[in-house]
Amino acid sequence: MTNKYSESLDSKFKETTNLGLEVVKEASEDRLMKLSVGPQHPGSGHFRFTIKVDGDYIVYCDPDPGYVHRGEEKMCEYRNYIQNIPHLERPVIHDSTNITYSYSLAVEELLGIEVPRRGQFIRAIASELNRQVYTLYWLAIYGIFLGHSTMFMWPTGDRELFIDLLAALTGARVTHAFNIPGGVRNDIPEGFKEKCLEYIKYFEKRLKEYEDIFYNNPLFRQRTENVGILPKQDAIDLGVTGSVLRASGIPHDVRKVEPYDVYNEIDFKVQYMKTCDSFARAYVPFLDMRESCNITRQLLEKMPESGEVRVKLQSNPKGRIGEAYKRVESGRGALSYYIVSDGSSKPYRVKISVGSFRNILALPHLLVGSRLGDMPSIYWALNYWPVEADR
Amino acid sequence: MLMIKDLINPANFNLLVSQVSDVLVGALDQPLGYAINWGRIWSLWPVHLETACCSVEFGATSSPRYDCERFGIIEAFGSLRQCDLIVVQGTVTRKMAPRLRMVYDQMADPKYVIAMGACSITGGLYIDSYNVLPGIDGIIPVDVYVPGCPPRPETLIQGCMLLQEKIKRSKIK
Amino acid sequence: MTDINNDINQTTSNLNIVEPDLKIEHSLYSQLSSEFKDKVRLVYTKPNRIKISVEPEHIIEVAFFLKNQLGLDHAESVGGTDYPDENVIEVIYHLNSYSREELAPIILALSTKTDRNSSYLPSLLPVFKSVEYHERETYEMLGVYFQGHPRNERFLLPEDWADIPPLKKEFRIKGR
Ligand code: SF4
Repeated sequence: MTNKYSESLDSKFKETTNLGLEVVKEASEDRLMKLSVGPQHPGSGHFRFTIKVDGDYIVYCDPDPGYVHRGEEKMCEYRNYIQNIPHLERPVIHDSTNITYSYSLAVEELLGIEVPRRGQFIRAIASELNRQVYTLYWLAIYGIFLGHSTMFMWPTGDRELFIDLLAALTGARVTHAFNIPGGVRNDIPEGFKEKCLEYIKYFEKRLKEYEDIFYNNPLFRQRTENVGILPKQDAIDLGVTGSVLRASGIPHDVRKVEPYDVYNEIDFKVQYMKTCDSFARAYVPFLDMRESCNITRQLLEKMPESGEVRVKLQSNPKGRIGEAYKRVESGRGALSYYIVSDGSSKPYRVKISVGSFRNILALPHLLVGSRLGDMPSIYWALNYWPVEADR
Repeated sequence: MLMIKDLINPANFNLLVSQVSDVLVGALDQPLGYAINWGRIWSLWPVHLETACCSVEFGATSSPRYDCERFGIIEAFGSLRQCDLIVVQGTVTRKMAPRLRMVYDQMADPKYVIAMGACSITGGLYIDSYNVLPGIDGIIPVDVYVPGCPPRPETLIQGCMLLQEKIKRSKIK
Repeated sequence: MTDINNDINQTTSNLNIVEPDLKIEHSLYSQLSSEFKDKVRLVYTKPNRIKISVEPEHIIEVAFFLKNQLGLDHAESVGGTDYPDENVIEVIYHLNSYSREELAPIILALSTKTDRNSSYLPSLLPVFKSVEYHERETYEMLGVYFQGHPRNERFLLPEDWADIPPLKKEFRIKGR
């Protein structure tokens, strides 16, 4: 990785680690200052990383997650397939429909059941609405990280509309526990479709205003454009996912490449950008929100008028011996569950692979060589939610 | 009790300040106590310390719909040395616990603690996890418990108002 | 673990699902088997999923082949499973491709096994950069030491963790 900083340094101070990062050697250690960012810091959340700075440049970064490691994977082994749902959605409570989506898909494969068509549509609608809720919260925090308070207030306000819709659908504000193996918990209420279309229409109007006040704001552009470049090849090597990957010019979206449930009937474009910088990483989720409105509209249109929304399971269902690996596209990228079953009613092993945990690998890569002031815009553009990464 | 003569020594300056302030607080408590507490309750500054998923609802509490600022709870963006309220937003893991105590110790007196969410009260959903503390009252003293998983923003606002009530009735420190 | 194939075939036949076309999956395996003969063992193929198992001493060359010849360029997840009855820990790399479009839906699970009491495996970090944190997590959750990984150390657990790795089966959580 070359940048202005490493060019300015003498080569005797530099060395390349086996990860391909160029770091400053011990010899110049006295020039460096070590800073600890987080876990109590307005710009880090429940996460800590140590950085070393040389003047204004970051020369070393070591992430230290785990402040919210609650042992979800171990807890799964002690609860049966249905009891696992409430605690599995806690890692991202503002995206809880998506995180239980792939769990349900995997368990359905193990139990050998198929979801009724109407149930599949309702699932997809709930997951699209929840994606908006997540992305709006993320955008609000990104706004306040960069000192743009309007961008905190607007998305958190508009987010409540989608929360209202989801509350009408599921009965809870954020923790829905809506997707269950076999379908969804209940049917949509009366008048939901009209209300949903109305809100989406309003929201699309608001998105234009967001673009004007935030994305076209010269200050925001200066702080994010050409900052934290993640070239295409690096993005592939580091295995990042979601908006970070799409911002590096790879149109990879699980909804498109491996459509689950009804997504193969929906006509939508995968949004991606080729500039590879923080601006692209901040703009791709915004484009996704717009596309998501479009998807929701199509889903509402194509949904069968009546029918079952779930299959009845016997209580305490037993999975067949084997394993399942399922993934969905969440707000933060591919979210996959690997479940091993030994034939009993509890999973033998559950491995959750989340977008946040994969994206954080890019953080040292991007921070080393950039300026300290760019840290907030690089860090939060990675679409990182610490609670989910720690599980 | 030190003698007045010792206190005037410059080496003991901080002692002198504390003694004088004790006397002053004693004298002010009766006539001005109410006024000082009144000033405190309308400017509670929370620390920006997120511990788990309840922080999403804490964020929603400062959103335009709930707007807890109208009750004197300001959005959490200050430095912790200027803060007097710490809202523990959910699960405290064994890794976070020493940091939580460290943050609490660094805050200036008087300081108040709100335990938000089932996790910070008893461990909640994660009571049998290997890495979660069963409640935070073992590490820091709690003033108000706000139950829920996560508590709705209204619940948190009510918890804050209970805290204000509590401050109003206590002696000034 | 070997009878997964039969098991799945039985149940799918009850459900009357049309037999899926597993062309890509089989072609992946045939390329592998023509290169490595019996070093690579097929565990199962199902739609978009293929699982192979190799011995630890061959895993690096197989991984290099998968990356360079077949284009599976990153790992989505790395996880381990503890089997106390067979006295092994199975470590699985779920590989996927961003650079080859036709492989994007495919997940290839590369699995290997190590002894439970002295768990050592070669690290795949020289092949896939993306496994760095995943392997570190597997080390602390299951105690599998990855030879060649620069940092087999604490990651998610607290610094003063003094118990056995928590995902081992003999680790019991409170009150269970
Ligand atoms: S109380 Fe519920 S929402 Fe709050 S931190 Fe605990 S699990 Fe999360």
